[in-house]
Amino acid sequence: MTRNAAAIAVSTGVYAIAFGAAGVAAGLGVLRTSVLSLVMFSGASQFALVGVLGAGGGVAAALAGALLLGARNGLYGLRLSGLLGLRGPRRLVAAQGVIDESTAMAIGQPDQPSSRYAFAVTFGLLYVCWNVGTLVGAFGARALGDPSRYGLDIAGPAAFLALLAPRLRTGGAPVALVGGALAVATTPFLPVGVPILCAVAAVALGWRR
Amino acid sequence: MMVWVAVLVGSLGCYGWKLAGLCAPRRFLDLPAVRRFAELVPVALLSALIAVQTFSTGHTLQVDPRAAGLAAAVVGVLLKAPFVVIVVAAAATTALLRLAI
Repeated sequence: MTRNAAAIAVSTGVYAIAFGAAGVAAGLGVLRTSVLSLVMFSGASQFALVGVLGAGGGVAAALAGALLLGARNGLYGLRLSGLLGLRGPRRLVAAQGVIDESTAMAIGQPDQPSSRYAFAVTFGLLYVCWNVGTLVGAFGARALGDPSRYGLDIAGPAAFLALLAPRLRTGGAPVALVGGALAVATTPFLPVGVPILCAVAAVALGWRR
Repeated sequence: MMVWVAVLVGSLGCYGWKLAGLCAPRRFLDLPAVRRFAELVPVALLSALIAVQTFSTGHTLQVDPRAAGLAAAVVGVLLKAPFVVIVVAAAATTALLRLAI
């Protein structure tokens, strides 16, 4: 499990290098770019924020994009709350770790101790790789070039698919297919981030059982 | 200055989302409908993420070498290949196809 988490963390870390470079290119400087990775810690939201600011967009537009993309983490939190059984102040720390990767790892486990371990190890490794990668990118190490050159843009989807597979075999497939279709179908028309949230409607398919 | 506002408000807002979900009241989460909803939500959201990250760039839908990478991942899942093998196979398929095109 640790090895799987490490694989996710490393491939995400390469994206962090791209993010660090993008943040500096957008005029945020090393400090603000790093603050985003340390505190926002949500890749899609961070790329959206610096993308809008870099293109000369306003603060309101930049915030709207980042917050819409961040909203799904709130929904992950609803699931992780019961799954991890966290109480009290520990939730303040755990909350920072509620992201796509840690959720995918946690829901793929057979029991609560393994879910907690999967969540913690994915969060920890990814947090370190994400922030180190951001610094490397922000200080100009662009030798690696575009992550998509190595096919890393499909590493995330492939990892999520592998982690979802047990859920798909046990009745989750219709929800997954309809959710994916809804998101793709609405992508040309809706603001970035919203199509993913539209997929929540697919949950109705599995609700009655 | 305005950039700092965007960075800090955005960061705290994103943290707020995460914390709100995690701290939802126990009584609310224990309602059968809410529990069922929460169980399926990650499946729907992660599937949407897979579909959008594979078949679109910005607002444009497209089928490109990423689709072949995802197909490789599907084959890996069907063959019950180890996790790392699935991820590497998908990335390699996409990267090689890009080189070939």
